[in-house]
Amino acid sequence: MAELSSPTAGATAAVAGQAGVAPARARFVKRFTLTERVLHWVHAAAFFALLGSGLILYLPALSVAVGRRPLIKEIHFYTGLGWAGALVLIVLLGNRRALLRTAREIDLFDRDDARFLRGETARPQGRFNAGQKLNAIITAAFAVLFFVSGLLLWVGERNTDIRLGGTLYLHDVLMYVSVVLVAGHLYLALINRGTRHSLRGMVLGSVREDWAREHHAKWTPPRP
Amino acid sequence: MAAHHDLPDTPRENIGARRVGRAAFLGVVGAGVATLFYGRQISNLTSRATKPFADVSGLSAIVPSGGWRIYTVAATMPVFDRRTWSLRIDGLVRRPIELSYDDLLALPRAEQVSTFHCVTGWTVTGVHWAGVRFHDLLALAEPLPEAHAAHFVSAEIPYDDYLTLADTALPQVMLAYGMDGAPLPQEHGAPVRVVIPEMYGYKNVKWVKQITLVDKQGSGYWEQRGYDVNAIVGHSNGYG
Repeated sequence: MAELSSPTAGATAAVAGQAGVAPARARFVKRFTLTERVLHWVHAAAFFALLGSGLILYLPALSVAVGRRPLIKEIHFYTGLGWAGALVLIVLLGNRRALLRTAREIDLFDRDDARFLRGETARPQGRFNAGQKLNAIITAAFAVLFFVSGLLLWVGERNTDIRLGGTLYLHDVLMYVSVVLVAGHLYLALINRGTRHSLRGMVLGSVREDWAREHHAKWTPPRP
Repeated sequence: MAAHHDLPDTPRENIGARRVGRAAFLGVVGAGVATLFYGRQISNLTSRATKPFADVSGLSAIVPSGGWRIYTVAATMPVFDRRTWSLRIDGLVRRPIELSYDDLLALPRAEQVSTFHCVTGWTVTGVHWAGVRFHDLLALAEPLPEAHAAHFVSAEIPYDDYLTLADTALPQVMLAYGMDGAPLPQEHGAPVRVVIPEMYGYKNVKWVKQITLVDKQGSGYWEQRGYDVNAIVGHSNGYG
């Protein structure tokens, strides 16, 4: 309706809708370096490629529908190798100081974080809230475990002396838990009104200053 | 610090800050590594606990928790055509024969409930099989005294494997054409597969189209790739 009567008002409404309660001229602060963003998106893309090929290998209905198991196995394995190699390259060639700073922030939990995790989500938070830190820690640990168990499955098929009875089970459990975590992550980043502005930070690097103040009160963002 | 932390306008203080993230990371990795070694036991417990729920919700038909995974080595699965299908038995026999599907069904029917173990670490309990015992089947071709093993050739090229005739004579070994009250489904090897619960799944050849009797066991598909020829559950392939 607004678009029909006044195109300008419509455009403003659209911007305001996208940005939540944005002031007319929003100021932005930098939240993620390029290295952090590349690391995130490479990991995300690899996760979905591995999930898709993995589910074809795992779910009987999909295995039957798709067939070509040897090919799907190769795709899954080499995607996994490529993923791990890419992460190592990003760490080696990227902004390691920024990554180290991020790791330090994720390592540190204070009393507000503890309360945040107990449900008091209004407690002031740093650049990462406690939930984001926990998600990052689990994701990092799972990356290690996915890689180790995946490699063991591949090696164990070639040398049966290196078989460990729980390898397949671990790989499966990691997948189930990851899918739940990613679903929550996607909900908060894409759907939930209060938090979805954070997607801009992961795509473009910067977020609105007022949003940062509200959601990450203890974070002192670098001056734009 | 203690005086500050109740004040609402000092949000940049990290009161009670502790470096616990690394411990959480190592804890998760440690639990995962322990699962590598003890996952089978945990898996048995969890599948027992979730089985009633999975059965009721129909999830067990989709998600293979405590159920089947479909492993194949070729790009496509063999398709069973009842009119053209036949099973050939030859090699060290007096009378090489070719059986139709109906010939096979006319042989004495055996049934059993047994457990299926895959070498990769999953197990399906309580599988109901129907089929033919090997002594009934092989007798039709009149094996020669020098025959000591059977070479099972799958329609899924290039899959094959061997069992000794002592193995095929074990009480729960059969060529199965029925599974859980229905004809053997395509993904489980329709129309017939080997069932030998004492050995890992790769010895239970699917889509069997030819049985050749030979003087001694050779190396099947997976054995040429490092698996044990004698695939006794719990005592081979790095287990036990």
